[in-house]
Amino acid sequence: MTTATLRATSLPNSLTAGKLPRGTTWMVLVGSWIVFGAIFGVIAAAGGGAKSFNIVGAVFFGTVLFDVVIFVISLLVEGIRKAQDRLVTSLVATAFIIALLPLISLAWTVVSNGLARFDIAFFSQSMRNVIGEGGGALHAIVGTLLVTLAAAIISVPIGLLTSIYLVEYGRGMLARGITFFVDVMTGIPSIVAGLFAYALFALFFGPGIRSGFMGAIALSVLMIPVVVRSSEEILRLVPNELREASYALGVPKWLTVLRIVLPTSLAGLTTGIMLAIARVIGETAPLLIVCGFTTSMNYDLFKDRMMTLPVFVYTQYTQAAGLNAQASIDRAWTAALALILIVMLLNLAGRIIAKIFAPKYGR
Amino acid sequence: MTSATLSTPKAKARLGDRVFSASTVVAGSLILATLAAVAIFLVVQSLPAIFAKAGTLPNDAANFWTYVWPLVFGTIWAALLALIVATPLSIGIALFISHYAPRRVAQSLGYIIDLLAAVPSVVFGLWGIATLSGFVQPFYTWLGANLGWFPLFAPPISGTGRTILTAALVLAVMVIPIMTAICREVFLQTPRLHEEAALALGATRWEMVRMAVLPFARSGIISAIMLGLGRALGETLAIAMVLSPAIVVKFAVLQAQSPNTIAANIALQFPEATGVSVNALIASGLVLFVVTLLINMLARYIVNRRKAFSGAN
Repeated sequence: MTTATLRATSLPNSLTAGKLPRGTTWMVLVGSWIVFGAIFGVIAAAGGGAKSFNIVGAVFFGTVLFDVVIFVISLLVEGIRKAQDRLVTSLVATAFIIALLPLISLAWTVVSNGLARFDIAFFSQSMRNVIGEGGGALHAIVGTLLVTLAAAIISVPIGLLTSIYLVEYGRGMLARGITFFVDVMTGIPSIVAGLFAYALFALFFGPGIRSGFMGAIALSVLMIPVVVRSSEEILRLVPNELREASYALGVPKWLTVLRIVLPTSLAGLTTGIMLAIARVIGETAPLLIVCGFTTSMNYDLFKDRMMTLPVFVYTQYTQAAGLNAQASIDRAWTAALALILIVMLLNLAGRIIAKIFAPKYGR
Repeated sequence: MTSATLSTPKAKARLGDRVFSASTVVAGSLILATLAAVAIFLVVQSLPAIFAKAGTLPNDAANFWTYVWPLVFGTIWAALLALIVATPLSIGIALFISHYAPRRVAQSLGYIIDLLAAVPSVVFGLWGIATLSGFVQPFYTWLGANLGWFPLFAPPISGTGRTILTAALVLAVMVIPIMTAICREVFLQTPRLHEEAALALGATRWEMVRMAVLPFARSGIISAIMLGLGRALGETLAIAMVLSPAIVVKFAVLQAQSPNTIAANIALQFPEATGVSVNALIASGLVLFVVTLLINMLARYIVNRRKAFSGAN
């Protein structure tokens, strides 16, 4: 009996045989980063300081090395199926890391460049009569808020009603046509929406017309399909049992939609709308064409050129020239930072709303 | 009496029902009307340029088609390059978030990728000029020196890094979040039982993904690529700022003189354009519109064919 137990312990455990020890993945990952960190460090030292140490390159190539090494090790120890599994796992993680790199780089660039002018003057002054340093983007912020608000007021009801039509009522040709063309509309390039608004208003008011409202029209053309698509997806997720239960209780269809379907999907709808707003608030191309640019405040959507924040970024950067180029570029970066902050706030608000009102079921 | 009770009961026509359904129909039709209006107004404004005589068009073009061809080429080429980079990446990221990352952090990881979508295109343009083009330039030099025989990497290499490949990389970063978001949605809709069945049969995680998740999500992936392509084709400011444009048709991706795209050309020329030039720009916008329309219709056809896999219902 003792010999039997002895033999059993001396045999490899079939459950752990051919298995890499637990910490291997992380050790290989950190190891590859260190290897490429060292390589890039040597290159930087040998290059005579022409280029500083390249951390992004080290992370990128280190992660690629990790993918190869983990596959080979796993293939030798664990066999092809496990090796494939590990390879895909590491590749998928690599894809995520690669996507993070531009985000970090972008955030760092915008924040470090944008903080230079992130002061009270920037948010309380316009660019009227400002040459050189100073000045601010108040006119652009007001313009962006007005134009986006107008676009949202136009697009949210239309988009929401259309998605309700598609999910609850739509059958036959019209519904299929709308689904199809909403899809086509999501593919409309933003600049074409701008050209459309220009062509529309130029026909009635003559060429050279610019106003904030035209920008709102252009943005709604972009926003409506986004709202429809996201709302449609969300409304379709509402279980049919809820609708049937409501009908069984004798509730009319429109009340079922208003009282059962919409509240159930409220969180998703709000998030979708917030994301749609966040998508159009940063649109530059159509506004560049139809809102024009100005240096003064303008609260009237229907009259005169109206500055918006993205266009402000663009014009400040491209028109930077001469002695005061740096002041102009600084303003562009700060406006970019402000724009990102506004968009992030919108996103955050959307998430919080989604979290608070989310129905408590499912995964 | 029996005949009365046996006849099918008729639903009561309610005012609320009628008003509500009518308003949804109107809203839906309005979208179709808008799209028709876009097409009609663009066509009307394009006609003067399409039938313009030689000498009146910008760039000394003989006719409208020779004017627009280099721009069409640049648009499609840049979008294609961007998609080649973005498609595998976004499928990978979506899989990572939906099936690989620990459940507890998966949602925050998704939020981080969504942040990328929140960045406006003009900011990407700034970043492309200020950071990315400087970062990739040494790699371009290396590629040109070592792989210069390959037509795509033919020298002379741009000294600033502001080439069509850089623009395509910026585009790729911009379309990744949209494509990822859609792929992720679809991956998450895979029936839980399919996944568990695959795992219970002894599949590794990758085999489970390959057998249960990917077939289920195929139409979703296609629509993700389609949306990414739509955004890449029409993206304006990032390209207008990063690229140093020229009127050329060439595949080399590392040279300083890069083919411009339709959208970027409009953004750069429109504020100063007058007369027939405006019509020419609008006409090029019409071409862009038609190109995106055709691509969308093709993609839609593919998606519809695979509707059995769709997550809805």
